[in-house]
Amino acid sequence: MTVNGWLQIIVFCLVLIGLSPLVGGYMAKVYTDQRVFLSPILAGPERFFYRLMGVDRAREQNWKQYAKSLIFFSLAGWLFLYLVLRTQTIQPWNNYGGVTFHSAPWDVTFNTVSSFMTNTNWQYYGGETTMTYFSQMVGLTVQNFASAAVGIVVAIALIRGIANRTSSSLGNFYVDFVRTVLYVLLPISVISALVLISQGSIQNISHYVSVHGISGLVQTIAMGPVASQEAIKMLGTNGGGFFNVNSAHPFENPNGFTNFYEMFIVLIIPASLVWTYGRMVGSRRQAVAVFAAMFVMFFGAVTVAYAAEANGSPAQHAAGLHTQVIADSTGGNLEGKEQRFGIAGSALFDVVTTVTSCGAVNSSIESYTGLGGAVPFANLSASEVIFGGVGTGLYSILLYVILAVFLGGLMVGRTPEYLGKKIEAREIKLVALGLLITPLSALFSTALATASAAGRASISSVAAGGPQGFSETFYAYLSQANNNGSAFAGYTGFVQPNAGNVGSHGITFADILGGCTAMFARYAPILFALAVGGALAGKRVSPAGLGTMRTDNTTFVVLLIGVIILVGALTFFPALLLGPIVQALTGHLYN
Amino acid sequence: MRREFIIAVRAMIVTAIAFGLIYPLAITGIGQVIFPGKANGSLIKRDGVVVGSALIGQQFYEDVIGANGKVEMSKGTPVTQPDPKYFQTRPSGTVPADNAEASSFANYGPNSTVTLAALQANVTTYLCMNASVPFATCDSKGFNKADTLYDPHVTSAAQVPVDAADTSASGVDPDISVANAKIQAYRVAAVRHLSLATVDRLVSQNTTARSLDFLGEPGVDVLELNLALDRISNGSK
Repeated sequence: MTVNGWLQIIVFCLVLIGLSPLVGGYMAKVYTDQRVFLSPILAGPERFFYRLMGVDRAREQNWKQYAKSLIFFSLAGWLFLYLVLRTQTIQPWNNYGGVTFHSAPWDVTFNTVSSFMTNTNWQYYGGETTMTYFSQMVGLTVQNFASAAVGIVVAIALIRGIANRTSSSLGNFYVDFVRTVLYVLLPISVISALVLISQGSIQNISHYVSVHGISGLVQTIAMGPVASQEAIKMLGTNGGGFFNVNSAHPFENPNGFTNFYEMFIVLIIPASLVWTYGRMVGSRRQAVAVFAAMFVMFFGAVTVAYAAEANGSPAQHAAGLHTQVIADSTGGNLEGKEQRFGIAGSALFDVVTTVTSCGAVNSSIESYTGLGGAVPFANLSASEVIFGGVGTGLYSILLYVILAVFLGGLMVGRTPEYLGKKIEAREIKLVALGLLITPLSALFSTALATASAAGRASISSVAAGGPQGFSETFYAYLSQANNNGSAFAGYTGFVQPNAGNVGSHGITFADILGGCTAMFARYAPILFALAVGGALAGKRVSPAGLGTMRTDNTTFVVLLIGVIILVGALTFFPALLLGPIVQALTGHLYN
Repeated sequence: MRREFIIAVRAMIVTAIAFGLIYPLAITGIGQVIFPGKANGSLIKRDGVVVGSALIGQQFYEDVIGANGKVEMSKGTPVTQPDPKYFQTRPSGTVPADNAEASSFANYGPNSTVTLAALQANVTTYLCMNASVPFATCDSKGFNKADTLYDPHVTSAAQVPVDAADTSASGVDPDISVANAKIQAYRVAAVRHLSLATVDRLVSQNTTARSLDFLGEPGVDVLELNLALDRISNGSK
């Protein structure tokens, strides 16, 4: 580890802590229908959107109506994306790589569509060898916006449920959606895309370029509208790369500054939403408590990952390499990492994108050391509540908060209350179900894929001997269940023969199981979160008394962290032992 | 139900047009006007010919000349080897190496014998090209003969910088570490009959510092460095 590496990490944390309250305050205004500085520009387009969509903006929805709109919108999005991805041969902007891209086969497309719609963005295909520019823009970029907005509005609806004392309304799904994409996602995306282009990220609709290298070798360089997709891919915690190697590609992430910037826009909305929450329920201290719990776990994860990667891998040591920092070299486990990011820039990026549901990678997670690789595992095992995905992180941790209040209430023998509202049997049942769905589907799918020959076919034949093969499988379904989308990328299976598309590489079993896992683990918790919001909305608020357990002090923060780690650890520890923990404990090399 | 579905479809179409067409095409337009060079891939031209991108690594290879003085062939294509007069990029996981139209990770696991074998192969190649002790196994490849011993500090795997042994993430990493470049400078200077100081100066001129002096790691852009070398020396042996 180096002083400079720590400097990057600490400055990153300070920038996040400094700017997230500002953005959070802005978002609180957006969702309470107040004027913001962008209103003069965006109020017109907003009204135009409502008219084109046929939405009555004055209509309030209870939780069931809100959920219904959300489900129907997602269904329409699913069908639309499937249609786009399956009609590549008749699309414009095809044949830009010298060959006409066929559509990926139905099963890979099923996986891709389910994955992008749920903000997972798992990719059983290589972008530059599979997707036309039309598919990238009209198909995938659109779902990057839509799935991010859907996650955010669920969090907003749950906040309204907690805050609303007079009616059972959670707001209006389409109004929240339109305000999210127009006032939050679009402005930051436009600025970010331009920032990325200024640093070397490409943005064009050109044919792939053939260059004659200086020693005579011809090299073809893939092109495309990259920056516009990269911006929303990071901001919306989507993570589906334009290129196969995602943010490791120099055209997606050209230098140390863009690496920092991309990490920042991944965390800015999840972190800001905590402050938005504080504003909307009228308790800044409550927001501080939640933010503190998230931040402590985040910083712990960064420390472990950075230390592990700086230490190097058993394979490196067996090859006789020295992995300590020497003059002018990063040292450490640089296998599957880019020189311009180094160890700190890769480890921090890895943690930022796995605590959130982003899942973008700037280095190969498969090549992380056992302990370094255990960190993304642990982050995913915490069910994406350490800041988490846009919206999903907040609504998931609020479910944990309610659970912690309940457990705390049991300990002190009082009726549990949160912000003055009684937590009763109905809420706790919904919370427990909402929290258990994701781990349950992750473990179920992992078990199915490990126990069946069809599932094991996906395990990489290269370099995945021993526990690594299990790690690949477990990570794949843990990642898809948590809607993360990052991968131990060796887990692919063979290239589909005769599929008419060279870039797709999933096998049918893994495509379908993964797609179903992502959808189930996305929509079931959403419904439970909305139901909790519905159950709390309109509840009477009792004044805080001496016996009320406080939920905004250090004790509660510790209790909350404890609950999250306990639930995550108890659920996943046996499975984690079989993969990354074994590897972290041994220097043994496996065939 | 039906009304709800119609609203959903209309909303989806509006979203698709706004964010799938207007947004990316507007960004493309603005990018092409303000940053045309960067938006099109930071391509580098030499004598009017595009030779590569400053952001994309490429291979610097030469044909292997056989004992009979002719180019060695294998299955109809020339056999190639790293060209010693150029700085070499990092190991790449793509097929072929530095494939910029199909990027991919190597996905070498940390506890794998396959990884070990790959690292050992990379280390051997690097030592053959740069070490100060002769390696018998290298002679057949035509470099590191006993009379051309390069960096005096490099004698074993322990001195090989990790970036020269570890495969990059993207497979097209344009950069190498400064330590790696300083070692290779001995070889390049010897092959091109330049002074080590001259080559070292070019290395430092083509070193990209950390962004804002603290973000990321410094790196040497190999293509730009090799182009700078060609400008002062024709590279003949």
